Amino acid sequence: MKEIRLMKGNEAIAEGVIRAGCDGYFGYPITPQSEVLEYLMATATEQRTGMVTLQAESEIASIHMVYGGAAAGKRVMTSSSSPGISLMQEGISFMAGTELPCLLLNVVRGGPGLGTIQPSQSDYFQSVKGGGHGDYKMIVLAPASVQEMYDFAKLGFELAFKHRIQVMVLSDGAIGQMMEKVELDDAVPRWSDEEIVKLHPWATTGKTPDRERNIITSLDLNPVKQEIINQNLQKKFRHIEETEVRFEEFMCDDAEYLFVAYGSSARVCQKAVAIGREKGIKVGLLRPITLFPFPSKELARLAKQVKGMQAIEMSAGQMVEDVRLAVNGAVPVEHYGRLGGIIPAPDEVLHVLEQNFIHS
Amino acid sequence: MNDILTREEIIAPENIVYERTCLLTDCALSYCPGCGHGTAHRLIMETIEEMNIQSETIGVAPVGCSVLAYEFMDIDMQQAAHGRAPAVATGIKRLYPNKFVFTYQGDGDLAAIGTGETLHTCNRGENIAIFFVNNGIYGMTGGQMAPTTLPGMKTATSPFGRDTASMGYPLKITELVAQLPGTFYVTRQSVHTPANVRKTKKAIEKAFEYQKLNRGLCFVEIVSNCNSGWKMTPQESNDWMEANMFPTYPLGDIKLPKL
Repeated sequence: MKEIRLMKGNEAIAEGVIRAGCDGYFGYPITPQSEVLEYLMATATEQRTGMVTLQAESEIASIHMVYGGAAAGKRVMTSSSSPGISLMQEGISFMAGTELPCLLLNVVRGGPGLGTIQPSQSDYFQSVKGGGHGDYKMIVLAPASVQEMYDFAKLGFELAFKHRIQVMVLSDGAIGQMMEKVELDDAVPRWSDEEIVKLHPWATTGKTPDRERNIITSLDLNPVKQEIINQNLQKKFRHIEETEVRFEEFMCDDAEYLFVAYGSSARVCQKAVAIGREKGIKVGLLRPITLFPFPSKELARLAKQVKGMQAIEMSAGQMVEDVRLAVNGAVPVEHYGRLGGIIPAPDEVLHVLEQNFIHS
Repeated sequence: MNDILTREEIIAPENIVYERTCLLTDCALSYCPGCGHGTAHRLIMETIEEMNIQSETIGVAPVGCSVLAYEFMDIDMQQAAHGRAPAVATGIKRLYPNKFVFTYQGDGDLAAIGTGETLHTCNRGENIAIFFVNNGIYGMTGGQMAPTTLPGMKTATSPFGRDTASMGYPLKITELVAQLPGTFYVTRQSVHTPANVRKTKKAIEKAFEYQKLNRGLCFVEIVSNCNSGWKMTPQESNDWMEANMFPTYPLGDIKLPKL
């Protein structure tokens, strides 16, 4: 019998990382995700599993503490919200350049600037296209429920170490703050220092006589060598595109029209599909779970079946660009979004789809 | 004439009285001839060798002239973003409290872009060592003004001399961190004469010994020269350093441990 608890999304991911064997959390308070740090502190992680929880002086310091821990082979993470994630881009780029695994959580609020503390999806470009400098990608997971906030802690660490890559959980203020029931599973033990040496021979754990010294650096002054390093990074990203795409389909089998939405917007669209079906409209929903890698092949397949695709985002239109690239003109793709912290209503998005494709 | 040793006799094992530490690699140093970085590197690596802690030590290299420190130091090392070495070291040390962790940073890295990380890492009393080489200039980027540049000193970005009215004053960050309860041992040394080299070696040894005791952060500033950036010969730069740098950055212990 699994343990079931009623939890906020932010609490669920905090419990999730403890149970996923996380070694260290370094973070700085910012609404709407401060519950992550608060929960970890209140849970006294050091006594419970030995996990270190440290409140840093800034998001910049947080991400570089993550860098230090990750480079020494530990399961480490940080969390923040949009303005704080902007500050972390330097460190994320350095981790991309050094191929360090880590888990990052962005509980997105409306921007630009200080914006609002209400939910938004306007950090898609920053997360998926590479917010920092240089050619790089992160794996981006988009939870649509409190359960997924919990589940993606463990999945995130697994993917991060499998590919030596940064995994970002791209959530939003609604998923972070709302409460739902969560099924918890048994804790994975933290790795011992001896296991880390065996599992991650690249990690800076102290040079022993049986190996050369380990160096974690993103610098190579020789452009020929640097190009090879960068090409190898790109090979890894292509491999991830082939192997790690995750998505969920809802009533797509006979769909003539398709909503494409992730996170909170997908929850709204799921309800809109149900209302539409009651009205006799054959509408379905494709929910990308991984935003990088994006479910482009599946969208290309559905483009042969449906008459139109309606992207719904709480942004001015960011993910829709990837939908259009995937579909490549095969069917019309429209965007509808609410900005500044407003969540669209199911009736509202269904009406938009009807106007764009059925009554036009 | 017969009592002068030949080259072969000099390098014969029985006649060797001093050798480079085995923890410096064969890689040729990238520093300008006359620069103090090489000596500072050697002293740190000698200490790690003598304490036999190579397998327990993780170093953090900065951005600046010593960005490539990991090429010369035969230990596990991480290269940090500009100014972030103390945060990186915090991440390592918190997760490996029994390992020895140090950062090696210049004045631009530690006292300008990394001021926040420096102060807060010191204030938390992280049990690490910070080795801070202060030459009052940005060497690697070509001799620009640093936070520690002296008043009136000419650099690439203060070509008429540092005007304190518009460019501020030299930041005595070592005195600053000495005020914080989190620091355990704070000292300022140099490596420009054999006597000073010996004192610096002792300071570095203390920093590692105190790290074992988990009593707080040890901060060793090494006032050094930048003969290329200062546009002087090595000898001129050392003389200039004594005459001009030492009055602003006086050598000696600033905070002694209460053991």
